[in-house]
Amino acid sequence: MPSSPKTFDSEFIAEVQRESEQNLALCYQCGNCTAGCPVSFAYDYPVNQIMRLVQAGRRQEALSSHAIWLCSSCETCTTRCPNDIDVARIMDVLRHMARRDNIVSEKAVGAFWTAFLESVEKHGRVFELGLMANYVGKTGRMFTDVDLAPIALRKGKLGLKAHDIKNLAEIRGIFDRYREQKQ
Amino acid sequence: MNIGVFVCHCGSNIAGTVDTEAVAKTALTFREVVFATDTMYACSEPGQAGIVDAIKTYDLDGVVVASCTPRMHEATFRRTLERAGLNKYMFEMANIREHVSWIGKDKEANTRKAEELVHMAVEKLRRNDYLEAGEFDINKRVMVIGGGVAGIQAALDCADGGLEVILVEREPSIGGKMSKLDKTFPTVDCSSCILGPKMVDVAQHPNITMYTLSEIESVKGFVGNFDVTVRRKAAYVDWDTCTGCGECTTKCPSKKTPDRFNEFIGQTTAINIPFPQAIPKKASINAEACLKLTKDKCGACAKICPTEAIRFDQQDELVNEQVGAIIAATGYDLFDFTKYGEYGGGRYPDVITSMQYERLLSASGPTEGHIKRPSDGAEPKDIVFIQCVGSRDKSIGRPYCSGFCCMYTAKQTILTKDHMPDSQSYVFYMDIRAPGKNYDEFTRRAMEEYGARYIRGRVSAIQPKNGRYLVKGADTLLGEQVEIEADLIVLAVGAEAAKGANELAEKLRISYDPYGFFMEGHPKLKPVETNTAGIYLAGSCQGPKDIPSSVAQGDAAAAKVLALFSKDKLASDPQVSNVKLVRCIGCGKCESVCPFGAIEMIDFRGMPKASVVETVCQGCGVCTAACPQGAIQLSHFTDNQILAEVNTLCL
Amino acid sequence: MSLCYAYYPGCSGLGTSLEYDTSTRALCKDLGIELVEIPDWNCCGSTPAHAVDHLLSACLVGRNLGIADDMAEERELDGIITPCPSCLKNLKTTQHRLADPEFHRKVELIVGRPLKAELPIKSVLQVLVEDLGIQALAKLVQKPLAGLKVVPYYGCIMVRPPQIMQFDDAENPMALDNLLAELGAEVLPFALKTDCCGASLGTTRKDVITKLSGRILDAAEEAGADAIVTACPLCQLNLDMRQSQINKANHSGHQMPVFYYSQLAGLAAGQGEASTMLDKLCVSPRPLLAALAGHTGEGA
Repeated sequence: MPSSPKTFDSEFIAEVQRESEQNLALCYQCGNCTAGCPVSFAYDYPVNQIMRLVQAGRRQEALSSHAIWLCSSCETCTTRCPNDIDVARIMDVLRHMARRDNIVSEKAVGAFWTAFLESVEKHGRVFELGLMANYVGKTGRMFTDVDLAPIALRKGKLGLKAHDIKNLAEIRGIFDRYREQKQ
Repeated sequence: MNIGVFVCHCGSNIAGTVDTEAVAKTALTFREVVFATDTMYACSEPGQAGIVDAIKTYDLDGVVVASCTPRMHEATFRRTLERAGLNKYMFEMANIREHVSWIGKDKEANTRKAEELVHMAVEKLRRNDYLEAGEFDINKRVMVIGGGVAGIQAALDCADGGLEVILVEREPSIGGKMSKLDKTFPTVDCSSCILGPKMVDVAQHPNITMYTLSEIESVKGFVGNFDVTVRRKAAYVDWDTCTGCGECTTKCPSKKTPDRFNEFIGQTTAINIPFPQAIPKKASINAEACLKLTKDKCGACAKICPTEAIRFDQQDELVNEQVGAIIAATGYDLFDFTKYGEYGGGRYPDVITSMQYERLLSASGPTEGHIKRPSDGAEPKDIVFIQCVGSRDKSIGRPYCSGFCCMYTAKQTILTKDHMPDSQSYVFYMDIRAPGKNYDEFTRRAMEEYGARYIRGRVSAIQPKNGRYLVKGADTLLGEQVEIEADLIVLAVGAEAAKGANELAEKLRISYDPYGFFMEGHPKLKPVETNTAGIYLAGSCQGPKDIPSSVAQGDAAAAKVLALFSKDKLASDPQVSNVKLVRCIGCGKCESVCPFGAIEMIDFRGMPKASVVETVCQGCGVCTAACPQGAIQLSHFTDNQILAEVNTLCL
Repeated sequence: MSLCYAYYPGCSGLGTSLEYDTSTRALCKDLGIELVEIPDWNCCGSTPAHAVDHLLSACLVGRNLGIADDMAEERELDGIITPCPSCLKNLKTTQHRLADPEFHRKVELIVGRPLKAELPIKSVLQVLVEDLGIQALAKLVQKPLAGLKVVPYYGCIMVRPPQIMQFDDAENPMALDNLLAELGAEVLPFALKTDCCGASLGTTRKDVITKLSGRILDAAEEAGADAIVTACPLCQLNLDMRQSQINKANHSGHQMPVFYYSQLAGLAAGQGEASTMLDKLCVSPRPLLAALAGHTGEGA
């Protein structure tokens, strides 16, 4: 889609800069981030182009990309950027914004994180089996890692019971107050 | 006094946010102001003519111009006053541009502030004295520090102009970085073939004295009268007897000495002549590598030398030279890339710098011009060049562009193809900077005719893999990662200030920027002068630049020196400190705080008193602040003159 | 010098990386480092929390930092330590962000208590290397791991980004290398020592793990290593438990044991299986250890 003043969303750029505390104008598109990104092979847009989409104010394309969900938060981009830009933090912020707008291009990844946080809210500590069951329920991916179940069980690595913390109410309180202030 | 006030519009620069007419009107109400007007451009010919006219018509004996900063036009207006027959120190400027109109848009507040500044200037002028400049002799000899191409050019021009030149160089040979290059862009001239004749000219010129293996120990004095102490380091060889035959190097057993000239790629002997075209062609001993000097063993060179020139007991020698001007042409050094851990941090033998590669390419280098991998000596097939290593990188404190790396990399890809027709060169770049004459055509040639593959993107990491290296880069134009397996990787390292530049600048009392490059007088208009009278700059010490620019600056600095020396005497600035002997109690505080060593304690009728060396005093005023008695005063900025300004504003 | 830290185990220590938690505790005990587990600690939120909202992540971490504040009132603590790099990153990032008074206030409101959060936060590895010094480890060694060729795998966030983690060199860390050398092992240079294994994408995008972790296993084999040594529960899981998945996807035949450094340290110090839990490793290290002189495969 050709870039035109109509598709340049300056509010979007301001929002990303505000939330990430990064100055997008510092990026001179050198491609160092893309060069070092381990998951680039799976991306629809390489990370330097995600940065370019933000610089060009292209909200829709940036937030609906698959790349932002597949980023493994490995911090290689941030560590090596010659302009000291915290690229990993910008990727995080784009994930936050996409999720707030209900744009989740990698449904499984979104579902996994939701299931994870639901497990934390429920037990205080992640209950892996519960998390997996929840994830399968959300995505329908019944055969996820079933091949690992035997060895995991044999080695005692798959707890069958949750490790609830004592002061669960405190955790529930945190989640409730967090959701409240979001409104 | 009859004072005239001229309030400049400076077009709309000042008049846009200051009511200049009102300021002039108000000025008329100030004491002793008999004439005040606003004027369009005070510094222009009609503007200045207007001032001269008013001086004559109204019999003015002092002038205030309210306009731009004195740094801009104080000298201009002082000359105007002289043309009208007035003493040029009966002049004051009120800066109502940089200090008023350029910093705020509130016209009312600006006009008020401008009026106050004019009032202050008038009150100071009322207390100004006639000052007369003195004269002093100049020593018409020049010292050039640095024997690279810029220093060589400056030295030759000065010498051809009839001046005596002392050329000081810290390496054993002159030639600088250019002598290390194989070929030069964009002509692909052999570097030593074009530099060599100039180096020989320097050696043979009757007006030039060369001190190599020498450094500046200290600098005293002032323009026209510098007293420089040069430390001539021990070469452990008598250069008056040494013929440069090189026999000593064939017998020296210490063969694993790190080879500085060859950028530490390859080794040399402890006693060596740095390269075949070295000037002076004399041997010198690396003291740390010499068995005789460290362990009192060997001494083979002394036995074989046909002229018995070896001197193990030689000491450093301090030499004094009196000169009237100094040209700093100390060049640059290359960025230490080991800071980039992702490129191996210096641990990978086949990741080398562009200068090391240049030595490999050179027929007089450690591999006699055969390109060999440092790790196994094999000929590389796939060579990756990485641009901007240590340049344009805020994260390591080098945000600037070094200006010549795009060009030298293109050159190196062309030479690589010439040396090894079956090789493939890759260049990872961000932008190509090729602004000079025939430069862009040259970089295009590398891509279009020599098959170099240019890929737009940086390299994130280099990882060793099965004896070769995996270069992980990006092609941002395609939007892809690019992984290349390379045999050899050449890093286009950027330029940084030469080692020791800061210390030399302190000795010369010139300024340097945050990166250590020496500061020119004005970035646009004074590229080869400094803010210190008598000291000039040439070449990369002022900022990274290519050979034509370095040569041009060498020519320019020489022209400045020749202009300086065109007079027999120089005028001394009367805006210097003076001691009122009757008030001085001889405490010596002023002497201890003077940054220029311009104050000496003398004996006056049996009492210690301070005395100012007028020609050294720079008029900074620190002594006047230190003096507890107010005995030392800075002419044109006396306590009373400054207090008059303060009182005008505050009371 | 006796060191005492508030210990944050992290959720995987209860299940998939039980051997890491156990061997870490045993190692610290032998070294005289006192670990006091943060009572009733909760999950830091790992990647999902910071990928969803930095405020939520900070609050989940904040509760733990608050409990540690209380602990510090009761006794002298040298800091908070954790064996898991992901927990470490969340703890340190939150501490960093709490410096902003506005953010600090928001977090305190949601967590429901005041927070000082001033204790130094480090990884166990960092404490061993910086605060204790690996010479102390050398004193423990009874059965040097002679003949064991290992590659140290730090994982991507143990030392990055350098401004937050402030430990070792971000491009070529040597802490693990030096520690393993001190144990008597032959440590091979490993160019991929900080390359990402694929992290938490295993469940949702197995192809990423098989590619990235597969690459690490390939490189380890090419280097001639007998085993990989890690300091991260997720890396260990991807390389070890998923090794069969990797082999299937890449048609490779890796049988490379993946140790936690604390297990090897315990082994060299002569600790028993109850401490080192070597049998928890999915790819069994027993054949390798049996082949090395001076070690007999202990019964499961």
